[in-house]
Amino acid sequence: MRRVASLAGIVYAAAIYGFVFLPVAVLVTFSFQSGRLPVPPFDGPSLRWYGEVLADRDLMAALANSALVAVGSSAVAVVLGFLAAHALARHRLPGAAWQRALLVAPLTVSTLIVGLGLLMLAGELGISKGLLLVGVGHVVLNMPLCFAVIFAGMTEAQRSAERAARDLGAAEVAVLRLVTAPMLAPPILAAFFLSVTFSWDEFIVAFLLSRFDVTLPVEIWSLLRSGLTPETNAIGSIVFLVSIGLVVLLELTVFRRVGRT
Amino acid sequence: MRRCRTCGPSSCNADSVTAASNILERRDRRRGWVMVTPALGFAALFFVAPLVTMAVVSTWTKVGAATVRAWDLSNYAAFFARPHFVEALVNSLQITAIVTVVSVLLAYPFAWILAMRVPARWQRLAILLAILPFWTSYVVRSYAWLLVLSRGGVVNTALMGLGLIDAPLEMSATRFATVTGFVHFFVMLLTLTIYASLKQLPPNYARAAADLGAGPVRTFWHVVLPLTLPGVMVGAFLTFVLCIGDYVTPQILGGNNELVLPQVIMLQLGRRSDLPMAGALSIMLMAVVTLAYLLCARWLRDRPA
Repeated sequence: MRRVASLAGIVYAAAIYGFVFLPVAVLVTFSFQSGRLPVPPFDGPSLRWYGEVLADRDLMAALANSALVAVGSSAVAVVLGFLAAHALARHRLPGAAWQRALLVAPLTVSTLIVGLGLLMLAGELGISKGLLLVGVGHVVLNMPLCFAVIFAGMTEAQRSAERAARDLGAAEVAVLRLVTAPMLAPPILAAFFLSVTFSWDEFIVAFLLSRFDVTLPVEIWSLLRSGLTPETNAIGSIVFLVSIGLVVLLELTVFRRVGRT
Repeated sequence: MRRCRTCGPSSCNADSVTAASNILERRDRRRGWVMVTPALGFAALFFVAPLVTMAVVSTWTKVGAATVRAWDLSNYAAFFARPHFVEALVNSLQITAIVTVVSVLLAYPFAWILAMRVPARWQRLAILLAILPFWTSYVVRSYAWLLVLSRGGVVNTALMGLGLIDAPLEMSATRFATVTGFVHFFVMLLTLTIYASLKQLPPNYARAAADLGAGPVRTFWHVVLPLTLPGVMVGAFLTFVLCIGDYVTPQILGGNNELVLPQVIMLQLGRRSDLPMAGALSIMLMAVVTLAYLLCARWLRDRPA
């Protein structure tokens, strides 16, 4: 009886793993297809479509735009989130609960609505669409996460260290730069990498707010209009690899350190 | 005892201590404001102001190519009057409900196996593997399911190869495809949240139940499940919010046979560029999500501890 139950458990877990990996396996496998259609029978392996991707100017430009927006918006989101987290954790401010609520509120609104609202505001104010506006949208989406992650990482021990630094004559900016930020490095890095992976992958806000310069997900979206092609598989596999790389980097740098201390 | 730095402990009297601590407190507060203002300002300018703009725009009307900038609730009246808007809302609610229930039912046993049956030192790897496809791009993930489910795709090829079917099944551009794409994503998300709440459960509880004579089934039903239910609820709410607001998955996998609310919103932008109607539909979407939030919060509060 016990053996039957544990066998059933193994079969079930294997089935879920299979379900979860099926689309990724198909995506990556048929990125090595040599024919024009990414469906069985598999006639590869060939690197033809990776060559096409690297030769595709629009895709490469979109890749660069995505990297720029992801890093830029994440940096801004982390700085704003860090300052706000420090203010609300270390200083007694009136209405702190309301401030916290406002800062995390964008998490509860769907990204489509955030993007549409920004589109309407920009339209009314005569601000033109573009990568800068996409970046602003991504800061709105990422700041709550950065704030929450860094806020949760602040401890009482750090407060004493900051006080000691101040008593020894450090100016407020020096305290933040030399004491607080280094001690908070793990949550700050975690917030930054999470924001980068999120922004790098974000579609709807980028789609609504960009015009000529587009980010990678938007370029992939327009590639989909031409139907199924192994080129989409190839770029999709590359994006997947980059995201996995970021996650592994995060795991190795941040969580290892947390685990050790 | 408080000491004040300016006058030293010997000459200090109570009044000047209070005055000094007031100054310090005010300075502390001022520093706090300096640090929190950029984030609050950003949120006010680029999150609150856009929502207010959207609410105002939703009361305007589009007549032909022109936008009439006058207070008017006709967009909201149109929502209830035109069947295809209500239909989209119903489709959204049905798909979201199916996705949430199926994802929870699939993810819970999986998370339980990972948390309770996998040896501790393999667990981190097991969970990282289980959510690895989470990191595929969101547009690409739906596209990958399109490949899997298409006429000549892997599933049809396999089923025909096994002789189970004679002609390929039409699975793309159906509700089945949309639900499959969503369930794939949310099974990973829910596995993570349910796994976390299972790990928070002290192992003594199950042992205590066993000592008191409960079998594994009763222990699970009366101890483990009720204690992890709030975690499941939070995950289910997250699923609901992300699923009902998503445009990409239904657009790629569901096609145009039956539209969900976000697709109808995006259609307003395309054809007539009817921003007021898109705004009104978005406000309706927000209202549905808020209602779900209130119900969920109420359930969590009223539950006997």
